[in-house]
Amino acid sequence: MIHALFHMAGRDLRLALRQGSDVAMVISFFVITVTLFPLGVGPEPNVLARIAAGVVWVTALLATMLSLDRLFQSDYEDGSIDLLLLAPAPLEILVLAKTLAHWALTGLPLILTAPVLAALMNMPSDGYLVLMASMLLATPTLSLIGAVGAALTLGARRGGVLISLLVLPLYIPVLIFAVAAVDAAITGLSPRPHLLILAAMLAAALPLAPWAAAAALRHSLR
Amino acid sequence: MPNRFSGHGLTCFRGERFVFEALDFSVAAGEALVLTGPNGSGKSSLIRIMAGLLSPLEGHLAWDGEPIAGAPEDHSASLHYVGYQDAIKPAMTVSENLAFWAGLRGARGDVGAALDVVGLGRLAATPAQFLSSGQRRRLSLARLAASPAPLWLLDEPTVGLDRAAVGILESLIARHRAEGGIVILATHQPIAAGDDAGSLDLGAYTARRQVFDDQSEGAAA
Repeated sequence: MIHALFHMAGRDLRLALRQGSDVAMVISFFVITVTLFPLGVGPEPNVLARIAAGVVWVTALLATMLSLDRLFQSDYEDGSIDLLLLAPAPLEILVLAKTLAHWALTGLPLILTAPVLAALMNMPSDGYLVLMASMLLATPTLSLIGAVGAALTLGARRGGVLISLLVLPLYIPVLIFAVAAVDAAITGLSPRPHLLILAAMLAAALPLAPWAAAAALRHSLR
Repeated sequence: MPNRFSGHGLTCFRGERFVFEALDFSVAAGEALVLTGPNGSGKSSLIRIMAGLLSPLEGHLAWDGEPIAGAPEDHSASLHYVGYQDAIKPAMTVSENLAFWAGLRGARGDVGAALDVVGLGRLAATPAQFLSSGQRRRLSLARLAASPAPLWLLDEPTVGLDRAAVGILESLIARHRAEGGIVILATHQPIAAGDDAGSLDLGAYTARRQVFDDQSEGAAA
């Protein structure tokens, strides 16, 4: 089972790195959209500092979602999904592997880019570490919840839009606690309770989301 | 190793209509079954039902009389499905494509040898995007040689294949049957699955039921 997990994740990573454009697109979207805020809101440092955590996080949510529709789509189009369903390894494990690969290709680059953009938004320096910690705990949850949405909309016309409608409401709790953690750190309070709740969400999503996504995949092929 | 793969009273309902009904088949180890029938008679659907990718509306599949519903994982581990789609990633090389599918089935076998069998050994390091459609088909068929499974379900395996490749497929089938494997294939083209291969004409099972009949009788499942 562990072998199947690494085998599957390895293939998705190799494919994505060879095609290359996916990671670049997510990061470019993240950078460009955050850059729009100082232009739109005005270069007032205090205003930017106040909204920095929220802007970085909302944009990270949207960037994650941008890449979700391709999670199962190419396997669906070329018939690979049939063979994945017929593989001796549990489909849940294969879905988990694909989701982890998705996180490594979107969540991880987002975490690494976030401090640069936080600086652009004039975020107080107390918030940097907590921003990265909150992203480290919460971006895997985003990929996991997103996998359920991607599996549910597989084969649907305009699936990308449908994913947003399904998944964005489920991202709200993640957004609230992630931004609250950064704000707490900036105002000198302890971010610990918020981070613990983010960790709890991850702990719940890790077994539940692959299970739900696998059920949706099986259903979509009936 | 199980001996007999069979289906009992299978009815297929797809896209708001009954495709075939009350279909029975039975294939023993070492035997082959060729599915024939006009377009739309449900050959691909039957193959997908046999693979467990599609649920029949009525009826069930069995190994040695034991329904597979109890152990669907055992069933999928014991079959090879080659559908009309090739499941090939253009960005990976020929051998990487095959190694992925073989490795997922836990096969430690020699990918290169399987590629040699289908005549793609020379192209092992070529990205799959440069393959012709016949070569892509050969690569799909190489999965059969790369990892063992007692039941082969082949949906139109000869589409796009040249005469030599059809010969390779015929010899693969003959060898598999000699080793006690089961081959079920749907095809329009003549292919020698063996002189004693059974055949099943799906045209004979075309459903007479209509959707509205069914509702008035209250028999819809």
